[in-house]
Amino acid sequence: MADFKPFLKQLISLPGLSAHETPVREVIAENWKPLVDELTVSRMGSLHGLKRGTAPLPNPDAPRPKILLAAHMDAIGLMVTGISEGGFLRFFRIGGVDPRILPGTPVTVHARGGDLPAVVVQPSDALLPAALRGKPVKMEYLFIDTGLEEEDVRAKVRVGDLVSFATQPTELTGDVLAGHSLDNRASVAALTVCLEELRHTSHTWDVYAVATVQEEETLMGGFTSPYEIGPQIAVAVDVTHAKGPGASDWRTVPMGKGFALDWGPNTHPVLYEDFKTLADQLEMPYSLEVYPSGSGTDAMGMQIVNEGIPTMVVSIPLRYMHTPVEVVSYKDIARTGRLLAAFIAGLEQDYMDRLKYED
Amino acid sequence: MTPMKRSNDTPVIGDAQIALLERLCNASAVTGDEREVRAIVLEEVRPLADEVRVDALGSVIAIRHAKKPNPLRVMLDAHMDEVGFLIVADEEGGLFRFIKVGGIDERILPGKTVVVGRDNLPGVIGAKAIHLTEPGETDNKIPLDALRIDIGPGGGKVKPGDRATFATRFRSSGPSFVAKALDNRLGCAALIEILRAAANSTALDHIELLLAFSVQEEIGGRGARVAAYALEPDLAIAIDSTPAHDLPMHDAADGYPNENITYNTRLGAGPAIYVADSATLGDPRLVRHLIQTGDALGIPYQIRQPGSGGTDAGAIHRVRAGVPAISVSTPGRYAHTAASVVRRADWENTISLIWNALANMEGDIMAGERF
Repeated sequence: MADFKPFLKQLISLPGLSAHETPVREVIAENWKPLVDELTVSRMGSLHGLKRGTAPLPNPDAPRPKILLAAHMDAIGLMVTGISEGGFLRFFRIGGVDPRILPGTPVTVHARGGDLPAVVVQPSDALLPAALRGKPVKMEYLFIDTGLEEEDVRAKVRVGDLVSFATQPTELTGDVLAGHSLDNRASVAALTVCLEELRHTSHTWDVYAVATVQEEETLMGGFTSPYEIGPQIAVAVDVTHAKGPGASDWRTVPMGKGFALDWGPNTHPVLYEDFKTLADQLEMPYSLEVYPSGSGTDAMGMQIVNEGIPTMVVSIPLRYMHTPVEVVSYKDIARTGRLLAAFIAGLEQDYMDRLKYED
Repeated sequence: MTPMKRSNDTPVIGDAQIALLERLCNASAVTGDEREVRAIVLEEVRPLADEVRVDALGSVIAIRHAKKPNPLRVMLDAHMDEVGFLIVADEEGGLFRFIKVGGIDERILPGKTVVVGRDNLPGVIGAKAIHLTEPGETDNKIPLDALRIDIGPGGGKVKPGDRATFATRFRSSGPSFVAKALDNRLGCAALIEILRAAANSTALDHIELLLAFSVQEEIGGRGARVAAYALEPDLAIAIDSTPAHDLPMHDAADGYPNENITYNTRLGAGPAIYVADSATLGDPRLVRHLIQTGDALGIPYQIRQPGSGGTDAGAIHRVRAGVPAISVSTPGRYAHTAASVVRRADWENTISLIWNALANMEGDIMAGERF
């Protein structure tokens, strides 16, 4: 895959809400198949791609150590909670959704017998409780309109049906892509770039590229995949807040100026230092980002699996997170993939001896 | 009065008509820069009309001469412009401050894709990530001055003064059309189809057909006013799209009955005939004629709930010594947002009602009593 851009645009055009990742997983699997030695699907639906180490081992009696790279493939979205008079659908959210971005947003209702294109709509103020008029319309007062007659809607749609965002991917100027679900399909693309790099790179460690499930709701893949794989090191690759309109404080980093290396409780201090040193050696631009408690990534799960796993968090800066118009820089994605590959290439068989707390 | 007959040449909506509507909806024509729609309209009407011109404000005037003596001069008006945005400041890095053109509820802006400037460069209106909001912040609107159009850090040929509109593409969805700017490309396409049918029929030969594809409706019917002055019609019909607020009413907790009493119009109930809005009292003779046409020929129609709002009729009816005028609209949900929803049948019946009302219009209609 010399050019990952069409792949990423395809990924963000596919459904795959938390716990229902099959449509996107199938396409990732198809694209990872030529890049890995083994491809399996976990009991919970995560995709595990194993790329075996290729370098000869100094100590052939010891097993090859394993590194797990996790990028969640699930997307936020909506779910039908009721059908109102006239065939208008009520809904709730899957993952964190600000209702203020919804009115006018194109969506796809995944109904029995096929997908229905639709749009989220807000009733006119006169139809809302007086106290709410002129305010942002809360989710419980919004509807989804399929454009179909009520009878048809009732025949096709039922409570619990999933609803995906349907905003089309749009390339903007400056080599950036806008669309929904770039959190975290952008990181799936970065893992793909990494696997691509590893095809022509000798490495000692076994590499597990994992597209995890349910990160947005339960961290399911973050907990279960490392249990099954048992890696020595786990890296969560996710998106972080880029500076942009309304977002400029310490929680944000520049977009298009490299990945962010994240420092906080889910980050092993030696891994953090080694990633920083490596980025400097590669002369790659990057930002340093701090998080005070949870990183909000799969690392929160992975770190406390088994007897505990040293984890690292690498993030791709992204504007307008959890809206249908998330914006991400292609360059930052490519850099993230190359950084991960370079880190893997540099892992010696005895690297774990370095990961010590020497206070 | 001669009994009414359904015209055999009534325009029919098929794939070609929908394809034209799609082109018109996807074109950008924010008030003040109606160029893209004007180009499509000119291309369509030039082969069909006897006279075509663009007036001083940019409206397209197309005339089909009557083929009989002493014709009624009938003006049909549809506005070409749509609500949208105007870029007012370049904040560098591909971020632009913008203001609204026409009536847009700013609550529907965050999270939308747009096209900007004459090259229709893609852009987005983002919103702060929900993770970064303070407690209680989502209870308040995101003010317009906190929103930006983001065309990407590469910049590009966008500058203050450029217009922008929603990037929504037209689609058919079962019995519905979903698109931006259905208000009022439905009207523009209706006028074109009426002209096309007239050019291939004798049904309207008794009428001097004066078509105005007007500019600047969304800021107060300015194009229609001067077009009516120039055309000097005996009567005028503004063809537009009016809101359908036909959604369920939330349970009323403040003493009102739980009934949607302000629906304005309903989808699927046919074209909306205006008796009164805040700009016009529909000419009673024209109201009566349209109702009689619908009743006699079985064309569904609804009376728009009298109330606020206005169309080009409000600008036309006070021109010169006065022009008896009325509005007929195709009902549309979510007007002035990124995606409106209308029923194909309502649009087809709008065209059919207007066509048959004209085909059955007698020369002395304006001699009738105003009751």
